[in-house]
Amino acid sequence: MQETTLTPDTVLAIDNLTLSLPKGADRAHAVNGLSLAIRAGETLCIVGESGSGKSMCAHAVMGLLPAAVRPAGGTIKLEGRDLIDLSPDAMMLVRGRQIGMIFQEPMTSLNPVMRIGRQIAETFEAHGVLSAPEREARVAALLDEVGLPDPAQIARAYPHELSGGQRQRVMIAIALALEPKLLIADEPTTALDVTTQAQILSLIDRLRKKHGTAVMFITHDFGVVADIADRIVVMQDGICVEQGLAADVLGDPQHAYTQRLLAAVPSLAPPAHAAMAEAPPALTVSGLDKVYRKRVGWFGAVREVAAARQVGFAIRPGETLGLVGESGSGKSTVARCCLRLIEPDAGTIRIGDLMISGLDARALRQHRKRIQMVFQDPFASLNPRHTVGRIIAQGPMAHGEAKAQALDRARVLLDRVGLPPQAIDRYPHEFSGGQRQRIGIARALALEPDVLIADEPVSALDVSVQAQILDLIRELQGRLGLAILFVTHDLRVAAQLCHRVAVMQKGQIVEIGETAALFANPQHAYTRQLFAAVPGRRFFGHGPS
Amino acid sequence: MSSARKNAFQRFAANRGALVGLVVLLLILVIAVAGPWVYPTSPWRMVGRPFLAPFVMERFPLGTDTLGRDIAAGLAHGARVSLLIGLVSTSVALLIGVPLGALAGYFGGWIDDAAMRFTEFFQTIPSFALAIVIVAILQPSLTSIVMAIGVVSWPPVARLVRGEVMSLRTREYVQAAVTLGQSTPRIIFSQVLPNAVAPIIVMGSLMVASAILLESALSFLGLGDPNMMTWGYMVGAGRTRLIDAWWVSFFPGFAIFLTVLALNLVGEGLNDALNPRLSGGRN
Amino acid sequence: MPFVNFLAGRIAKGLLVLLAIAILNFLLIRAAPGDPAMVMAGEAGAADAVFLEQLRQRFGLDKPFIEQLWLYLKGYLVLDLGFSYRQQQPVLGLIMARLPATLLLTGTAFVFSLALGMVLGILAARRVGKLSDSAITLAALVFYATPLFWVALLAQIVFALKLGWVPNIGYETIGAGYTGFRRALDIGHHLILPALTLGLFFMALYARMMRASMLEVAGADFVKTARAKGLSEGIITRRHVARNALLPVVTLAGLQAGQLVGGAVLTETVFAWPGIGRLMFEALAQRDYALLLGVFFVSSAMVVALNLLTDIIYRAVDPRIEAAS
Repeated sequence: MQETTLTPDTVLAIDNLTLSLPKGADRAHAVNGLSLAIRAGETLCIVGESGSGKSMCAHAVMGLLPAAVRPAGGTIKLEGRDLIDLSPDAMMLVRGRQIGMIFQEPMTSLNPVMRIGRQIAETFEAHGVLSAPEREARVAALLDEVGLPDPAQIARAYPHELSGGQRQRVMIAIALALEPKLLIADEPTTALDVTTQAQILSLIDRLRKKHGTAVMFITHDFGVVADIADRIVVMQDGICVEQGLAADVLGDPQHAYTQRLLAAVPSLAPPAHAAMAEAPPALTVSGLDKVYRKRVGWFGAVREVAAARQVGFAIRPGETLGLVGESGSGKSTVARCCLRLIEPDAGTIRIGDLMISGLDARALRQHRKRIQMVFQDPFASLNPRHTVGRIIAQGPMAHGEAKAQALDRARVLLDRVGLPPQAIDRYPHEFSGGQRQRIGIARALALEPDVLIADEPVSALDVSVQAQILDLIRELQGRLGLAILFVTHDLRVAAQLCHRVAVMQKGQIVEIGETAALFANPQHAYTRQLFAAVPGRRFFGHGPS
Repeated sequence: MSSARKNAFQRFAANRGALVGLVVLLLILVIAVAGPWVYPTSPWRMVGRPFLAPFVMERFPLGTDTLGRDIAAGLAHGARVSLLIGLVSTSVALLIGVPLGALAGYFGGWIDDAAMRFTEFFQTIPSFALAIVIVAILQPSLTSIVMAIGVVSWPPVARLVRGEVMSLRTREYVQAAVTLGQSTPRIIFSQVLPNAVAPIIVMGSLMVASAILLESALSFLGLGDPNMMTWGYMVGAGRTRLIDAWWVSFFPGFAIFLTVLALNLVGEGLNDALNPRLSGGRN
Repeated sequence: MPFVNFLAGRIAKGLLVLLAIAILNFLLIRAAPGDPAMVMAGEAGAADAVFLEQLRQRFGLDKPFIEQLWLYLKGYLVLDLGFSYRQQQPVLGLIMARLPATLLLTGTAFVFSLALGMVLGILAARRVGKLSDSAITLAALVFYATPLFWVALLAQIVFALKLGWVPNIGYETIGAGYTGFRRALDIGHHLILPALTLGLFFMALYARMMRASMLEVAGADFVKTARAKGLSEGIITRRHVARNALLPVVTLAGLQAGQLVGGAVLTETVFAWPGIGRLMFEALAQRDYALLLGVFFVSSAMVVALNLLTDIIYRAVDPRIEAAS
C-alpha cells in the first residue's frame, strides 16, 4: 500500500484511523488502520461494498458517528488540526463551515415542514454569518448556482414540492453555502435515476473546480468512480486494501479484491448471442393500458398517471427481453400486469395459447404456475416466519402436490440454485442477500413455469453477488428454456443478459430491438439520453457515442 | 424464528419493569382465583361494625365500610370481576376489530372506505359517554357492560390491523404467494395475519388495562352489575364519607391502579420484546 | 379554492356523523327493554298516562319503523332534543344552561394537559436514559394507570378538605355575590382542582406520545442534515425535531378530545361541577333517558366541532397536507 504523502495543499489527512464497534458486532472494528489524504480541488473516491466501513469513515470526519462507534486510534487532520480530540462545541463550528456533507436519501434529508430558503439560510445563522437581507440574497444566488430554475420561488417552496434531483441540488447548496474546504458526499446519487445522477455528478464536479473544494466521495459504483475520481481508496471489511491514482487503480489493480470487483462490473458492450430458434412466443402482450387515478380531496379533480399505454411485446422460449427505464416509467407496472398482480385496464396477455387476461379468479389460480416472478428485495420477498422448505414447497402444494413430494423437490431445487440441502429447515434471516435471491428463484422454479418475470432481481445486491445471480439466471434459462421478462434500470445488466431490449418512458415503449443493434445504434432521443448518462462508459466498455 | 422467539423472550426477561408488572399481575390473578375460598361468604354481607379503620383488627385487615362490610373480602371478589370483564370485553373488541381491519386492509377499495368510515364514526363518539348510555338503557348487567366496553374499544384495533395488513399485503412475499396460486383465505391466514400478531398482542394487553379502567368508572357511577361487588362500586360507595373513612375508597382505587399499572408494564415489555424496531435494525 | 373545498368537505362529514348519532340514539331507545314511550318518559313509572300518550302521538309509535325514525330525526333537525318529564323542561334548554361550565372545564384541562404533556415529553426525550427521563417516564406511567375518579377523590381529600388550599366542590362561592373580575377569580379558584385531575391522565398520555415521537424523529435523515450544518443541539431539538414530532401528537390530541368530554362526567360528579357531565350523572340517577341521550348527542357534537378545529390547525402546521389529501 502506498504511503499518503502530505503536501502544503493537503486539506484532509487521515492517519492510521481505527473505529471500534461495540461488543457483539460481527467484527471488532468498523475501520481499521485507515490512512488517506485529499488535496484542495481533488476528488477522492472511497469505494467498497456494503459493510466495508466506507460510510463510517465519512461520518468520523464529520464527527457524526453513531453513539456505539468510537474512534480507537489515529488522527483526522483538517488543515493540520486534529478533529478527533475536538470538543463537541468546537466540532459544531467545523461542521457546515469547514466541512459540508450531502447524503444518500434526498427525499428524507430535508425538513418536510420548513421552507427551502430557510433551510439554507440556517447554515449562515448557525455560524453567525451575514445579515438577514444578505442571507436572502445569498440563498437566491446559491440556488441559482446549483442550477435550480426560478430561485425565488424555490426558496419559498417546501421539500415535497421538489423532485429528488432538485432536492439533492438543494442539499448541495446547503453543504457549499459557506464554501467549506472539504465536501463529503456519501452515496449522493445512489437513490437517483441515471440521467439525474449524471447531472448531479457534473454539478459537483463543476463546483469543485470553481471553488477548489476537496471532495471525499463515497460510492459502491465503479462506473461513477471511473468518471469522477482523481484518486481511489478501495475498502474491504474496514481495511483499505488498495489506494492510488484513479488511472493506476482502475487500469492496473494490484489487490485481488479490487481485481474481482472490477471484473464483476458488467460491460456495456453486449456479448454475441447464438441465433434464436424460430418458435411461437411463450408470452405475448398487446395493447396493454393501465392508468392510476387519484381524486384530490372530497370535491377535487381526478389526477391521472398513465403507467402503461398501448404496451405490446412477445418473448419466445429461451429468450430474455429486457424492460429498461427510469423510476416511474411504468416498467414494474407492466411486469405485474403480466402476472395480473395488477389488473390492466385494457389489453391482452397470452401465455402460449392461453389467454391469461380473460380468466376468472378461479381459473387464473389454476394457471398461475405457468408464469412466475422473482422479486427485487431479498429481505421482503421471503416470509420471515416460514422455513425455506415451506417457502419453496408452498407453490406445488397449492396446486395439489403432496407435502413430502414437494419437500423432496425443494431439496433438488436448492441444489440447482447452488444452496446446500440442509438449508431446507432454516429460516430466511439466516441467509445473505444473494442466498435469499437464490431461494426466491427456487420458489419460482418449483412450479416449472414457462415464463419468468424478474423485477430488478439484482439491484439490491453488491456487484460481486450480482454477477453470480446473473450467471445463475443465464444457466437456468439455458437448461429450462424459460422465457424471461427482465425489468431493470441498469443498462449494463441489460447489455449482458438480454437478447432483446425494450426502452420505456412515461408508460410507453419508445424503442424495442435486438440488444446488440439497439446498443450500437439507438434510434429514439430518450434512449440516447439514457446511454449518455450511464456512468463509466468510457472505461467499462463502449456504448454508442 | 425459533431464535427470534428466544430473543423476544430474553428481551422481555431483561426488562425489569415488565417483570415487576408480571409478578404483580400473577399475584392479582391468584387473589382472583383464591378469593372465594378465603372469603366464602358474600362480600355484600355486613360482618362487623361500620367504619372500622384498617390495620386495627386482625379480622378486618383493611377495615370495614359504611355498612360494616369487609373491605378485604370486597377486594378479593372484585379482582375476579375486574379481570373477567377486562379479558372478555377485550376479546369482544378483538373479535370485531381484527376481522374488520383485516378485510379493509387486504381488499382495499370500497370495502376499505366503508369499513374506515364506520370506524371513524365510532372513534368520533365520546366513548365513555356511549358506554354510559348503552349500559343505562340496556340495564346494568355483566353482559351489557362487556358489550358496551367491547363496542367502544374496537376502533383502534381495526385501525391497527388495517394498517399492518395493508403494509404486509404489498410485501413481496405476499405477492409471491399470489403468483404461486395460493387461495386468498390461505394467504390471509398463513402469510399476513401471523406477521401482524405481535402488535395485536401488545395492543390487546394494553386494552385489558383500559377496559378495567372503563369498567371501574361505570361501576363508580352506579352502572355496575348489581349482583357483583366491584372495585369501582366500592370507591363510589365510600365517597360520601370520605373525610371520616378515607380507606373505604382508597384501597379499591389503589387495587385498580395497581392492576392497570401492572398490565401497562407488561404491555410495554411485550412491545419492546416483540417489536424491536426502535432498539435495533434488520438484524 | 382548496381551502373552501376542504372546509365544506369536513363540515359535510361532521353533519353526517351527527345524523348517524341521532339514528344511533333512536336505535338505542328501540333496543331498550319495554315500551319506548316509557323509556323516553323516564322509566321509573312516574310519568302520567297523558304524557305517555303525547309521546306516542309525537313519535308515531304505532306507525312503521321507518316512519318512526323519520319522526324522531325531524326533532333533531329543528334542534328539538326532547322533553325532560322529570325536570319539566326541554332537554336542549337544560343542556345549554350547563354547557359553558363544561366548555370551561374541558378546555382548561385540554390546554393544560397538551402544553405540559408536550414539554415533559420533549424534556424526557432530550435527556433520554438519564434520571430526569426516568422520573418523567415513571410519572407518566403512574398517571396513565390512575383511575380518574379516584385521583379526583384523593385530590379532594388532600388539597381541599385537609389542606384547604382550594374549594371542595362547586363552580363558585354561593351567596358571595361576586361580580366581574372578582367572580372570574373565584371561578378560577374552583376550577383548579377539577381541571388538574381531569387533565392529569391526558397529560401523561401526551407526554408518552411526545417522547416516543421525538425519539423517532431524532433518527430522521434531516436531523443529520441539520447537524451537518453546524447547528447547536438546542436549535436542532426545537426547530427540527420538536416541530415534526408535534404533528402526530396533535392528531392524537384531536382524537382524544372525545375521551376528555367523557372524563368530564367523572370529574364533574366528584366536584359537583355544574356542567353537562354532572347533568348526565343526574339523568342516570333519575333514569331520565331523554335527557341522557340529549347530553350524549351534544357531547358528540362538541367532539365533532373539536375534530374540525384540529383538522384546520393541522392543515396550518403541516404543509404537506394540501398535496396529499
